[in-house]
Amino acid sequence: MLQDILVTGLVNGGVYALLAIGFSLIFGVARIVNIAHTAFYMLAAYCFYALLVKAGLGFLLSGIIAVVAVTLFSMLCYRLVIEPVREHEAAVLIATIALALIFQELMLFTFGGHYLGIPSTLDGSVRVLGVSIPYQRLLILVVAAAMLAVAWFVLYRTRLGLAIRATANDLEVANLMGMNVHRVAMATVAISVALAAIAGVVVAPVFVVDPFMWLAPLVTMLAIVVLGGLGSLKGSLIGALIIGYVEAITVFALPAGAYLKGAVALLIMVAVLLVRPEGLFGVAFEEER
Amino acid sequence: MLPSRTLVLLWVVALVALPQAYDDPYVLRILTMTCIFAVFAASWDLLAGYTGQVNFGHALFFGAGAYTSALMSLKLGITPWATVWAGAAVAALFGFLVGYLCLRLRGSYLSLATLAFPLIALGLLFAFPGFSGGELGISGLRRVVVSPTSNYYVAALSMLAIVFGLWLLADSRFGIVLHAIRDDEVAARASGINTMRYKLMVFAIAGAAAGFAGALFAHYLRVAGPSSLEVALSFQVVIWGIFGGVATIYGPVAAVFILYPLTEWLGSFQGVGELRLLIFAIIVLLVLLFMPRGLAPWVRDKLETQCPRCKQRNGSWKKVCRLCGAPLQAQVSRAQRLVGH
Repeated sequence: MLQDILVTGLVNGGVYALLAIGFSLIFGVARIVNIAHTAFYMLAAYCFYALLVKAGLGFLLSGIIAVVAVTLFSMLCYRLVIEPVREHEAAVLIATIALALIFQELMLFTFGGHYLGIPSTLDGSVRVLGVSIPYQRLLILVVAAAMLAVAWFVLYRTRLGLAIRATANDLEVANLMGMNVHRVAMATVAISVALAAIAGVVVAPVFVVDPFMWLAPLVTMLAIVVLGGLGSLKGSLIGALIIGYVEAITVFALPAGAYLKGAVALLIMVAVLLVRPEGLFGVAFEEER
Repeated sequence: MLPSRTLVLLWVVALVALPQAYDDPYVLRILTMTCIFAVFAASWDLLAGYTGQVNFGHALFFGAGAYTSALMSLKLGITPWATVWAGAAVAALFGFLVGYLCLRLRGSYLSLATLAFPLIALGLLFAFPGFSGGELGISGLRRVVVSPTSNYYVAALSMLAIVFGLWLLADSRFGIVLHAIRDDEVAARASGINTMRYKLMVFAIAGAAAGFAGALFAHYLRVAGPSSLEVALSFQVVIWGIFGGVATIYGPVAAVFILYPLTEWLGSFQGVGELRLLIFAIIVLLVLLFMPRGLAPWVRDKLETQCPRCKQRNGSWKKVCRLCGAPLQAQVSRAQRLVGH
């Protein structure tokens, strides 16, 4: 059981980290609470399903096309829906909720409400520490780790990353220093949705694909981001691992754990917030007036 | 008389007179639900719009009211007339509790943390199905009154009373303090306002109103189920509130009265029924693109202008202010409008 907890926690933590870091980035740069974030993850999973099962393309090709298509689509959505109401925070919030609902209903209408299964990318399993890990879960872990490394490289070793971090730190000063904050916001949207889309593509063969698959990870992701500190990338990563393990422990160790896993994860978040209102790694910056 | 007041008066008269003129049970059913949700949306607005505590977990209060009232009337056999109030009281207690836990949180942290509370409650309900009925909820409740018309009157009159009460509260000195807390909490504290006490009070009041709506809802549908705690309901109230225009009370109520019957009406069509949530979301999105501050403030600005000198509101056809006689500019230039805000 201990090995199960270790492996499940790590794999789920990796997926959550992909989602949470993207959400955190976009919140940091554009101050958008993007409720539609996991809806893009759902879209990517559907796109992958359509290309792989319906169109019969290969795993790699359909995965790449799905990620690119969803990323481009998200930039379009940002341009048409979010940017016109950027000044009104409340309007942005429900615009993202409405977008998520639209995606959910479109998928429900196109593919129906039933669960769709995707054949697993890799068959077979490997034994580590006496517990057998299917290659598929190993793949999730490897992709998550690789993508986190790529995201780290982009953010901390390139000029674009510097611009993104500067904008996140202080939008007005970044603007005064000659950065095109609109373009930076656009690039951030692309990076963050690309991470979510990759997560959607790699988990699709393990989880089932249905139009409501965005709700559960949305809540977990929000809990992680708040737990780690809004806008903090390190916090999101560590928060994702914490929540991943907490969920794994609850499911394996408690009776009725499957029902309680969300509640326990959220309780941990509330407990952390009571002690540190700005989350584990958040910065308590002065309120903008 | 101001156009907005005329509109409100017409709406009240129409609500009260409708069953006398037209008592189709289907229409009455939809309007009863609309009234219940209007109370729910107005209570959210007091908390989120006026005080700035944008609550993403407002369904907690709705569900708390529904489950409390359902359990009390079913297990203890108390009449719904009393248990509805008990539901409101328990929801107020929950509001106080959530408010207490969230006192130090602000902005997006508060929104995202409050999202957690109804889900924690939902997890507990599912984990103890013997007590809560699990996924099926608690069914077989008694209605407050029997006939559709009297049910409609119970919902409509309590809605009018609660919404008007909330509006009075928000328009009073208390409401001004709430505005101050939203705009600048530090400054409000520096002015000698115990912001903590005000925030707790608002959480409790909003909780009580939402709990009352939840209890009425449970007794009307005769079931208190887990759907009254779901994220979808919490998001729904956020959509109503922002679509109607926050910090107005009448805005969210107007939004419910437009959006809820609209979705029900769309759902009644063959073929369109499956698409009603899609159409709903698209309408919300489009309306927001044109009126980002919400529906009610937009309409109000079209119908009325504010006197630049004494802030008295005037019908938009007036040339001079009806109170102080200052000329009302018919055309405000873009530059002036920008400076004015």
